[in-house]
Amino acid sequence: MRTVLDPTGEQQAAARDLLPRPASLRGRTVGLLDISKPRGDVVLDRLAELLAADGVVVRRYRKPTFTRTAPVDLRHEIAEQCEVVIEALAD
Amino acid sequence: MRYGPAMRLPDGLVAVVKRECPTCVLVEPVLRELGAEVWCQDDAGWFDHDDTELELSYRLGIETVPTLIRVEDGEETARVVGWSREQWEDLTKVECLGADLPEHRPGCGSLSVDPFRIDALEARFGGSGLGSHRVELADLEDEHEAIFDRGWTDGLPVVPPTPERVLRMLRGTTRAPDEVVAVVPPDLVECTVEKVAVNAVMAGCLPEHLPVVLAALEAACTEEFALHGLLATTYFSGPMIVVNGPVARRIGMNSGVNALGQGNRANATIGRALQLVVRNVGGGRPGQIDRATLGNPGKLTFCFAEREEGSPFAPLAADRGVPGNAVTLFAGSGVQPVVDQLSRTPESLARSFAACLRVNGHPKLPLSFDAVLVVSPEHGRVFREAGWDRARLVAELEALLLLDADELLRGAGGITEGVPEALAGRQLPKFRSGGLLVVHAGGDAGLFSAVVGGWVSGPTGSSPVTREVRA
Repeated sequence: MRTVLDPTGEQQAAARDLLPRPASLRGRTVGLLDISKPRGDVVLDRLAELLAADGVVVRRYRKPTFTRTAPVDLRHEIAEQCEVVIEALAD
Repeated sequence: MRYGPAMRLPDGLVAVVKRECPTCVLVEPVLRELGAEVWCQDDAGWFDHDDTELELSYRLGIETVPTLIRVEDGEETARVVGWSREQWEDLTKVECLGADLPEHRPGCGSLSVDPFRIDALEARFGGSGLGSHRVELADLEDEHEAIFDRGWTDGLPVVPPTPERVLRMLRGTTRAPDEVVAVVPPDLVECTVEKVAVNAVMAGCLPEHLPVVLAALEAACTEEFALHGLLATTYFSGPMIVVNGPVARRIGMNSGVNALGQGNRANATIGRALQLVVRNVGGGRPGQIDRATLGNPGKLTFCFAEREEGSPFAPLAADRGVPGNAVTLFAGSGVQPVVDQLSRTPESLARSFAACLRVNGHPKLPLSFDAVLVVSPEHGRVFREAGWDRARLVAELEALLLLDADELLRGAGGITEGVPEALAGRQLPKFRSGGLLVVHAGGDAGLFSAVVGGWVSGPTGSSPVTREVRA
């Protein structure tokens, strides 16, 4: 029997179920998160148009830079204000 | 009889000896006359008690043989080492011991403090202080395959991180094993010195490499280096380490022939250890959080020392405010050759460098990516003889790399890639201020230098980071 030491972070991530998918977006609040990639706004502007036409309340958000994770405050803000979020990973 | 962990020392006299020690042989009749309980380290049959596993010696902290101990109520109350009639008589309260022996003889070193055995003993019997989960590999498992199967390698075999090897690695630093070095992305895990040591063992490091790995990890995990994004990007880059100071030579790093290549243990394993920490502790793995479209071979390891001797420049780290032993981390994306075999003036050579630097990332994209220019000794000599230091060379390059935006506009030159129309008529620098680093490295011969391209630069992305290497 040989013993080696675990080189990993030994993290046990809590498993959480996804929220149930809404059957329809009409009347719901959808956040559009621009991660500050070039031309992400092109995708999100069009999505905002389409969603608004479907009776969706659209809120826009923006990360300071795509190279870093979203600030905690921004994540909380989105979670507080929206029921659905769409993130643009455009280039 | 062998020593077991639950055993209690008997009241009276206990001695530890080894047969290879002449002083132990000398005192054998005295020990037998005293009726001491004698444990032998190297010959199970010499006396009644066998300590060839060295557990008793380790637990009693024996450093010299013979050691004679007086035990009362199960506790040690006195100890002498070597042979001294006076001390032995004092400890035993017996007179005229070993009448035909000399007055005193020094002892020999205990096997339990033999440098080749101490780590194994500590791992086996010590409260080693190691907190990592211990993984038992079954006898029929090939250890290398078992480690591949667990997803702990970068694709190449690793040195199995046994407790003994990790303890030996930890001797390379004065820092406590449970000290947190950095919070490692992407999983934002607090990484201890011990976890760095485990991964350094796997990478093939020697203990003297560990302080450099620790400094590199600290630098890589700073906010400004943006390791999370560097890992997650579709771009080529990964952390590149440049080492400055006497530590580089002391641990055998290569700054000369083939400095950016293979064949030097310190260069190869320090860079690899950092990447294994990111993979194993941080949880950053290719195809998962690491989304690189192509990557580059430097993501296995990319670490070298600056060639400070004969350099036209001050040491890179010193120029960046950290004199002495230091690491500088850069988001390196691979090596691009710079060939100039004809220039003999700094002005001409700087123009060659500028021409090659201009294409960094894309010839029509300014201010996008940093770069490190690695100047070889034969090119460096041109600058040294002309009295150009780093600041002068960078200033000349910046002047040469002030680009006419009209040539960079989208569509210009028949190439759609480029800068927006709104920038027309302006002059744009290729590199942001502070985004062009210059390092001296390489073998004596060869009129070649190199450009190591960076990643998204500055506050938007990654900035180079320099940190001191501490013991």
